[in-house]
This record gives sequence, C-alpha cells and structure tokens, in this order.
Amino acid sequence: MMPTPMQNQQQAKPILEVHGLIVRFTLRDGALIAVRNVSFDLFPGESLGVVGESGCGKSVTFLSVMRLIPTPPGKIDAVKMRFSGMDLLDASKRQMRRIRGNRISMVFQDPMSSLNPVLTIGRQMREGIQLHLGLSGRSLDDRCIELLDKVGISAPEMRLKSYPHQLSGGIRQRVMIAMALSCNPSILLADEPTTALDVTIQDQILRLIRDLTRDLGTASVLITHNLGAVAGTTDRIMVMYAGRIVEKAPTPLLFKDPRHPYTQGLLRSIPRVDQPAGRRLYSISGAPPDLLRETIQGCAFAPRCPLAEEQCVAQAPSLEPFAPEHLVSCWKAADAHQHG
Amino acid sequence: MKRYITRRLLLLLPTLLLVSFLVFCIVRIIPGDAVTLMVAEMGFADDEAELRAVLGLDQSLPRQYWNYMRNALRGDLGTSLWSGQPVLEEITRRLPLTFRLALMALFWTLLTGIPLGVLSALKQDTWLDYLLRSVSVGGLSIPSFWLATLLVVFGAIWFRWVPPIDFIPFGEDPLASLGQLVVPSLVLSVALSASIMRMTRTMMLEVMREDYIRTARAKGLSEWVVVIRHALANSLIPVLSIMGIQMAFLVGGTVIMESIFVLPGMGKYLLDAITWRDYPVIQGINLFICTLIICINLVIDLLYGVLDPRIRY
Repeated sequence: MMPTPMQNQQQAKPILEVHGLIVRFTLRDGALIAVRNVSFDLFPGESLGVVGESGCGKSVTFLSVMRLIPTPPGKIDAVKMRFSGMDLLDASKRQMRRIRGNRISMVFQDPMSSLNPVLTIGRQMREGIQLHLGLSGRSLDDRCIELLDKVGISAPEMRLKSYPHQLSGGIRQRVMIAMALSCNPSILLADEPTTALDVTIQDQILRLIRDLTRDLGTASVLITHNLGAVAGTTDRIMVMYAGRIVEKAPTPLLFKDPRHPYTQGLLRSIPRVDQPAGRRLYSISGAPPDLLRETIQGCAFAPRCPLAEEQCVAQAPSLEPFAPEHLVSCWKAADAHQHG
Repeated sequence: MKRYITRRLLLLLPTLLLVSFLVFCIVRIIPGDAVTLMVAEMGFADDEAELRAVLGLDQSLPRQYWNYMRNALRGDLGTSLWSGQPVLEEITRRLPLTFRLALMALFWTLLTGIPLGVLSALKQDTWLDYLLRSVSVGGLSIPSFWLATLLVVFGAIWFRWVPPIDFIPFGEDPLASLGQLVVPSLVLSVALSASIMRMTRTMMLEVMREDYIRTARAKGLSEWVVVIRHALANSLIPVLSIMGIQMAFLVGGTVIMESIFVLPGMGKYLLDAITWRDYPVIQGINLFICTLIICINLVIDLLYGVLDPRIRY
C-alpha cells in the first residue's frame, strides 16, 4: 500500500518550502502588502487546500512561487523560498522558465479567458511539451492526444484542431489541466479552477485534479474561496485572511475542530442539506480590511470577530501550534470552540 | 464566405452610382470648363460652340450623365477632353507608379508602426515609451505636404539633395525607379505609421493583461514567444481596421506626393485633370479609386477571419 501523504510528511523532505514570504505592490495611491509573512511546506504527492476570500493573498502567494508577479510594481521577499532544494528567489529568468510549466504548473480560474482565442488547442498544448520535453512530430501529437484522453475528452484528435471558442467551459478547463500536467510536473497549482464553471461541472473537475495528481504523484495546491470544494479533495488546509495564514490543519481536523473564528465563520456559511429549511444562512458580518488604506495593528480579523477583546485589537497573534499539526493564529484559540 | 463576398461586391454598385453622381456634379460646379480653357489657351473664340458640340458638352446635364454611365457600365470611361486618349488606358498606364508608391508607403508604415508600437507597450512608462509617443503625436500632427515641401527646400540647402527632375520608368531601371520613390513614400508613411503605432501600443497593453498571456508565461515560454505568438496576433485585429480606414488617406496622399515630387502617376494625372477641367478623367479616376478602396476594405474584412478564428462569414 502506498504511504498516505501524512506518513510521507514525517519521512520525505518538502518539495516546496516557503518561509516568511512578503509580497508588496507599489501602486499610484500607496503601497499594498498583499502577503504578510506566509510560511508553509508542501510535501511530494500531497494535496494542500488554500482557502480565503477574494483579496486575502492566496493567489498572489502562489503566483509569487512561480515568480509570475510583475516586478515592479510587485516585490517578493522571503526568508526562504525553495523548490526541491533550488532557491526560487535567486533563480534567473531562464531557470524560472525551465521550472514553469515543467516542474511547477498552473491551472487558472477562468478557462474562458485563459486560453488564447486565436490559437488551436493543439498549438497551445504542443508548445509547452515541445519546449520542456523536446518532443516533435508524431510523438508530440501522440502525447497531446494521450493527455486529452486522460482528462476525459472524447475524440481528442479532433479537439487538437479546435479553437477555444468551439469548446464548453468544462472542456476548456480539462484542456487547461491536460496542458498543466503535460510535462509531469512535481507541483500543480490550481487557482480557483472551478469558480467560473457550472456547479455540476465543478465536482467533476475537482475529482479529475485529485485523481490525476494522485496517479502521477504530483503535489497539488487547490486555491479556492469555497471550503466545500477542498473538503473531499485535499490532505491539508491552510486558511488565509488579509495576507496571513490564520489556521493550518489536516483537512478532517479542520472540519471537525476549527479553532479560528474566521474558519468557523466560513464553515457555518456553507449551505448544508441537513439544515432546517427556512433558516437564514450564516454570514460573517463586515468586510475584510482594505490592505491599501488601513494599517493593521492587531489581529486583522478583530473588527469582524465575535470573540475580539482588547488584546486582539492591540497585538497581532502569531501562528502557534494548538495541537499536533494544527496551527492557529488567534488569542482565543482555546475558547473558540464554545462559540463555534 | 462566397455568398458574403458576392453580397459585398453587389453593394459596390450603389456606392459607385452615388460616387459617380457626386463627382459628376462637383466637377461641373467648379467655374469654367475645358472649352473655356481651350479657347483661352488657343484663342479661337468663334469655335467655342463647335468645340462644345464635338466634346458633347452642349448636351443637357442629365443627358451627359446618362451617356457617361451607360458607357461606364460597358467599361468605357470615355476619352480625355484634351488628349483624346481613352481614359481607362491613361489610368492603367499611370497606375503602376501610384501603386508602387502606395505599397512602399504601406511597407514603411508597417515596418515602423507595428514594431515601435509593440516596443512602446512593452516599455510602458519608461523614457523610451514617452519618446516614441511624443514622436507619434508629432507624426500625426505634421501635414504631409508641409513635410514634403520642407524636404524639397531644405534637402537642397542642407543635404544637397533635390528631388529628381526626370522620372526613370520602372522598365528602364527598376532599382533607380524605386529609389526615386523612397523619400515621397517615407513622407507619406509618417502619419500612417504614427497612428498604427498608437493603435498597436494601446492594443498590446490591453492584450498583455489578458489571462491567456499569464497562461503562456506559466508554461515557461520566453517573453519573446509570449509577445510574438500570443499577444501580437490578438492585438492586430483593430490595427487592421485602422489600416482599412487609412487606405483612402493613403490614396489621397499619393496625389499630393506625386504633385510635389513630380511623379507621373495617377495622382498627378488627377490633379492636372482638375486644373484643365478634364471631366471624363476626373470622373474615371474617382470611380477607379473608389472601387479600389472598397475592394481593399473587403480584403481587410476577410483578413479578420484569418487573424481571428471566431470571425466567420
């Protein structure tokens, strides 16, 4: 039997280590710190869920790992950012290009706009494989067909000649996934891969990503604002708020015993079938801080938090172990369950 | 697609009818006609009525228009009032030169406009971008006839370069003949290139922000491939529209350049014909230019389909 990713963690070295990541943007009306001291490890073959609302820095974190943040206006700083031993901060542009699409690949949110409208699917698939694996001619086409077949697209030979606008959103996202997996990457970063799709398709796509990455032994990161989306498909979850990680735990534990009031709020705002009919869905009151205008002194969530006290406003909590493998950044982590 | 082309070509007929009518009226509004000029030139006042009858100018205007159109539909654009030569022949004899001039101007336009536009976009908000943008505003605001006149005057004073007096026919010495067109075509391309450059820059800036550009970068493609393969084709569609509009401007420009640089092309011929009130020639050239521009625009519309697979006719 294959060891579970959790067992792996104890033995294997992380494939991606990020320590103290800070991403700043210098904009016309001021400086914005989008990611504030984020640290995490990703282990080979593991599936990590990253959850948070829009603007919490979850996408920026992983675009920074790929070094796809335009600099300037962006600026990436970190104590450490290593991919299988290689320093991503010091890597040359050329070295980064060899990693992108080859060792670390990415699937984006909107399959409608993520594919080039004037190039055929085949052309767009081939260019990455050609570049990184050096295939050409018949073997190149065979590889593309094999990939399209793997992501469940029927008549793959025909699809190679199609243009993106001739395909549905779900099929396009499958193409994106096929493209992302085309060079057998070590890490697949999926940034809101199902947000733009029909609900019925969402589940299929999530399962596809889970199954394919599991088969290929690819580590995956699923970035989403929907806790429900990561429930069944990830090993660990990292919850982000206002540029920081507020809670990090193995998936079952996070759902069973969420400790941060924000995580609890997110969980309570998921519609449930077993909920009595007619009951209003819970929503977290207020809005996340405007990272451009407000300086955050204490806990960023304090203004919206039902448990906030003086200490929370005055001083920001750090991400501390609450239980084994369960980290929480909250002064009230110990009492939070009573209110959850 | 075939149906679309047929429909577009059929639309050519009412357009030509309207243009021919307008041109027919306008040339006759200009005071004085060919006969008055002939009499003034040669001094036989007595022959005026006879001349007018010979040239068919004594008939009523509706009659003249009717005759003209009837012949035009049969491909006969009439004969020049002065030389007596068939207008169509005179036009086709001068057309190649005008064609070469326009094509050469178009060549400079594309050669400079598109790359500089791309460069300006890629270097957005740097000194290079500001420089290129200022140059393009300058290029747009300088009238081509003024620039051409300056070149003729100061070229002679400063660079000892004067526009050639004798035109070398293409058949005699192709290279030297084309060489004579370099300066006029460059002058002609300045404003066109400037507007192409601005459009290319704007579109590139927009396209470079698209999600599929990020996807292309995430594949590990080099910036060069991202720009050329992924961004440029998407940026060129509106640039193509601008070019369609510019065609009329380009033809108008050849008229000016040919007369300033004394090139015996269609433009020069048109200007001379206006001076001498050579009605059939003016009408013929206008119909010709009109047809040409409509056809070019049709070709451009068809090119959209080549650039963008989402457009189908």
